[in-house]
Amino acid sequence: MSGQSTSVAQTPAMSASVVDHYLSEHAAVGPTLPALGVAWIDGLRREGRDAFAKLGFPTPRDEAWKYTRVAPIEKRAFRLQGELCIGFDEDDIAPFLLPTLACHRLVFVNGRYAPPLSKPGKLSPGARLMSMDRALREHADLLESHLGRHADPSANGFTALNAAFMADGACLILGARTRLEKPVHLVFLSIPQEEPVVAHPRNLVVAGEGSQAQVIESYASLGTGTYWTNVVTELVVGENATLDHYRIQEEHTRAFHVATLQAHQARDSRLRSHSVSFGAQLARNDINAQLDAEGSECVLNGLFMADGRQHVDFHTTVEHARPHGSSQEYFKGILDGRSRGVFNGRVHVHPGAQKTDAMQSNRNLLLSKDAEVDTKPELEIYADDVKCSHGATVGQLDPDMLFYLRARGIDGATARGLLTYGFAQDVIDRMPIPQVRERLSHTLLTRVPDAEHVKGMV
Amino acid sequence: MLEISDLRVSVGGKDILKGINLTVNAGEVHAIMGPNGSGKSTLSHVIAGREGYEVTGGSVLYGGKDLMEMEPEERAREGVFLAFQYPVEIPGVNNVYFLKAAVNAVRKHQGLDELDAIDFMKLVKEKAKAVKMDESLLKRAVNEGFSGGEKKRNEIFQMAVLEPKLAVLDETDSGLDIDALRIVAEGVNSLRNEHRSIMLVTHYQRLLNYIEPDYVHVLADGRIVKSGDRRLAEELEERGYGWVLKREVAA
Ligand SMILES: Nc1ncnc2c1ncn2[C@@H]1O[C@H](COP(=O)(O)OP(=O)(O)OP(=O)(O)O)[C@@H](O)[C@H]1O
Ligand SMILES: [Mg+2]
Repeated sequence: MSGQSTSVAQTPAMSASVVDHYLSEHAAVGPTLPALGVAWIDGLRREGRDAFAKLGFPTPRDEAWKYTRVAPIEKRAFRLQGELCIGFDEDDIAPFLLPTLACHRLVFVNGRYAPPLSKPGKLSPGARLMSMDRALREHADLLESHLGRHADPSANGFTALNAAFMADGACLILGARTRLEKPVHLVFLSIPQEEPVVAHPRNLVVAGEGSQAQVIESYASLGTGTYWTNVVTELVVGENATLDHYRIQEEHTRAFHVATLQAHQARDSRLRSHSVSFGAQLARNDINAQLDAEGSECVLNGLFMADGRQHVDFHTTVEHARPHGSSQEYFKGILDGRSRGVFNGRVHVHPGAQKTDAMQSNRNLLLSKDAEVDTKPELEIYADDVKCSHGATVGQLDPDMLFYLRARGIDGATARGLLTYGFAQDVIDRMPIPQVRERLSHTLLTRVPDAEHVKGMV
Repeated sequence: MLEISDLRVSVGGKDILKGINLTVNAGEVHAIMGPNGSGKSTLSHVIAGREGYEVTGGSVLYGGKDLMEMEPEERAREGVFLAFQYPVEIPGVNNVYFLKAAVNAVRKHQGLDELDAIDFMKLVKEKAKAVKMDESLLKRAVNEGFSGGEKKRNEIFQMAVLEPKLAVLDETDSGLDIDALRIVAEGVNSLRNEHRSIMLVTHYQRLLNYIEPDYVHVLADGRIVKSGDRRLAEELEERGYGWVLKREVAA
């Protein structure tokens, strides 16, 4: 890092006390966490706790957090949710499901598995799907070589807290050559409470050799209010396995959403990740793919949309550690109102990772003069026989396109909405599951300019 | 139908149109020819209402109304259609949806009921067949990845569906193969009747073999320097623009 930044931000005075708040929460709930006494799990939690005690929350002095201030999270002392009495049923959560999609469904409320709302269904032999709580208690042996091996608890204060409080979430383990016909849908719902609460979901997907699965993570709110989701998902994609992963974040605009997706790819594996960020007042997404063996392929697609005072940040990192890997990143952002977007795409081609093919694109559409976006490709290439390209654009709607539509009689406002829809739909069209596409297009149609008219047109 | 009087237009301070006078009556077909850069597309764009042009003088009346006061979408709803010289690709916007919106915008403006999906598809299929437009193109995003000829054909297809009162075709014949050219001509001819007017911007006499214009105008350096009937086009084809421009200078 260069020493050019002269305006060093002050560490808020409350910082120490806020760290103490989480540490004392940890001391209180620690003894109740699942799989207590299993040495490696205790160790992982302790590592998280100690890392958080040391790191605290990221500050703008951390290069990776330069544009995303987490002070609004830091200044609130979020409490862990106690026991929940769930007084609602399938009908209440229907809006957050994919009704026409036959799937294996696990529902979580404020971070805790909710069996009455879930329908795991019957899985192929060789596949195990369960809550992380149960996996920790009953199958710690299955987790040991994966859980916490990829997402570093010390990466930052958020992953540290997640490891420290690791208790529940989803766990999917596929044996060799196991193929799931139906997608797995993980639905994370949050009910805001009177005091701000936090959930630290922890998910793990292990796709064994030659296996195949589709996993959808959805995040939404039941009600309005301030709360915080701090999730870490690890994806372990085995040799020649194929994993399609979706993250759809539609939390309430008073919510905070911090997420890390950490993927580890073995030889000839394929990962396709689709991330959509529509909600939350502050959404930070770290997507990291470690291409650790020859011939692995990784596709990272993303769409973010923000309005009002929303802030959305995507940080992606692709580590090309071995030869013959390919990565394709395609992210689009739409910023309206006074919202702020951040995209940072790091591609690191290690020495010897020859024949790497890495493509990255981030295109952003600013719909208002007060919206802003910072986009930065970060290419570090230490091999010579590689193909790497990147492109980033920030712009308004194309006047030629607008004129073309208007010259056919389409209202100016509707034309803007239609072009915005088209801009975003292009990312949605890359998603293989039709029900997901349908659902997202539907949501998109409520959010584009002149939505009322655009809706009638597509 | 269209009355252009002493129209002067500049772009970024540069004068492009320097006093155009042109009257197009209902039922007439006018061909506009002229060297590259003489202002033919500029004139077409100004009629359709594209932004970025400064009208520094003169007037354009359409059906007696001041066209320059109308938004581009209003002009389209009132029956003005521009077939673009360079049709724009619009990723993510489906051709059929786009056209449906266009048709219904026009119908609504005319006080007609909007077409439902079934009637609309019937209309689309019929017109697609008439202009031999491959139906698979309809399912794609507007012009996206279309070949040059396909884009032009899409313009004619849109014209056929929208049935404008005043159609301005800016070099729709350029880049077309012979069959496509014939289809464009058929499209235009089938639209031709005593209530409609057509302006054909073209570089080639070839198109005028299929669509017989009532008038031919030569636009050079922002002015109409010569007008005549279809024989003028033949003469231009034979002799080029030199003699017209020279006489203009001499006059
Ligand atoms: N936006 C612009 N900025 C500057 N100059 C422009 C602009 N648009 C048009 N011009 C200039 O105006 C003149 C007329 O352009 P126009 O496109 O109308 O010509 P044209 O007659 O259609 O030519 P062609 O036969 O090549 O299509 C040209 O010299 C062109 O460079
Ligand atoms: Mg032109």
